[in-house]
Amino acid sequence: MENLINIGIRSVFIDNMIFAYFLGMCSFLAISKKVKTAFGLGMAVIFVLGVTVPINWLIQNYVLNAGALAWLGDDFKNVDLNFLQFIIFICVIAAVVQLTEMAVEKFSPALYGTLGIFLPLIAVNCSILGGALFMVGRPYNLAEATVFGFGSGIGWMLAIVALAGVREKMKYSNVPAPLRGLGITFILVGLMSLGFLSFLGFSL
Amino acid sequence: MSTATAEVEVVEKKAEPLFSKKNKKLISNPLDIDNPITVQVLGVCSALAVTTQMKPAFVMSVGLMVVTASSNVVISMMRNSIPSRIRIIVQLAIVSLWVILVDQVLKAYVYDVSKQLSVFVGLIITNCIVMGRLEAFAMGNKPWPSFLDGIGNGLGYGLILMAVAFVRELFGGGSLFGFKVFEAMGLHYQGNGLLLLPAGACIIVGIIIWIQRTLNGFRESH
Repeated sequence: MENLINIGIRSVFIDNMIFAYFLGMCSFLAISKKVKTAFGLGMAVIFVLGVTVPINWLIQNYVLNAGALAWLGDDFKNVDLNFLQFIIFICVIAAVVQLTEMAVEKFSPALYGTLGIFLPLIAVNCSILGGALFMVGRPYNLAEATVFGFGSGIGWMLAIVALAGVREKMKYSNVPAPLRGLGITFILVGLMSLGFLSFLGFSL
Repeated sequence: MSTATAEVEVVEKKAEPLFSKKNKKLISNPLDIDNPITVQVLGVCSALAVTTQMKPAFVMSVGLMVVTASSNVVISMMRNSIPSRIRIIVQLAIVSLWVILVDQVLKAYVYDVSKQLSVFVGLIITNCIVMGRLEAFAMGNKPWPSFLDGIGNGLGYGLILMAVAFVRELFGGGSLFGFKVFEAMGLHYQGNGLLLLPAGACIIVGIIIWIQRTLNGFRESH
């Protein structure tokens, strides 16, 4: 249990998807102009990461790894499908996103109104595929992978809401004209990332 | 995502020269006024993450250029037969095919760089430059212009990547492509650790955007 909490805290703050790995930057920069929309996208990312990371864990351990197909019978013992990893992961992610979109549309039209437009965008958010690939590189079990997925999503949402908050206030400041918009946002993200570095001191 | 270059050119003549003025523009525009990173804001993640040294940045740019150009060509050839509802998943499948090829080639010939790039080779699949160009250009244009568009955007991406990596490796580690520049000149240089952090990369990209926009006069309201 303690181990799970550690992984959760680590993935939210220390290994933050945005400030430590810079994954999912495109939508992070594009959709952080208002706190409200940023929050909506953040919730969708939490959900998709939390669902796809465990699914991809199951696929990696029961289908793709060398010898993982042994449960099918002796003939499959020597099969190694690791080279298919990228294409299978991305298909799982695209499928989950599509299913989520349809389910949300059917059962909760109100939520669909707020999240709807962001859901298709998430399939090409690098933090989702990045989460799945990091999970493969680390020796997690299923419960740990699930916590890691949700934690990374929460960290991503925290980051985008924080940036949106700062950018809302920024409208009132006098930024040099060529630096306005994208330029100053990059510098801001750099400074926020420096702030998040202080979490590195935590030993868990 | 900007779709400025997405006009569908239907009135193309049959005997158009391969490098007509318009086609040259497809390559030169992404280098400056339509740069994928600093203007279209696509593919930022990898630009920040792989630029601590010149060598991985160079390999990454070449890899991305190959993937963008070749998937642009394939999608452009299939553009009339893809149903629009499932086009994203078709595009992802084709892109990941090319990425798998690039990944295997890197593993075979430059194994150490491939280790250094780790997940970022795989993340070319979700690199927004590839998807963005497929959506905005290849779905509405013929294979040859799409190929040039892919090469041009790959070059524009590589340009920014190399600029960022140059500053980070020279001032952060005191070397270029692993060659110790300051030691070769007989100077002692204490590397600036801030530049090697992710935060340093962000600030450098911000400053590059500032310089570029001062030069070409591009302005953005808040």
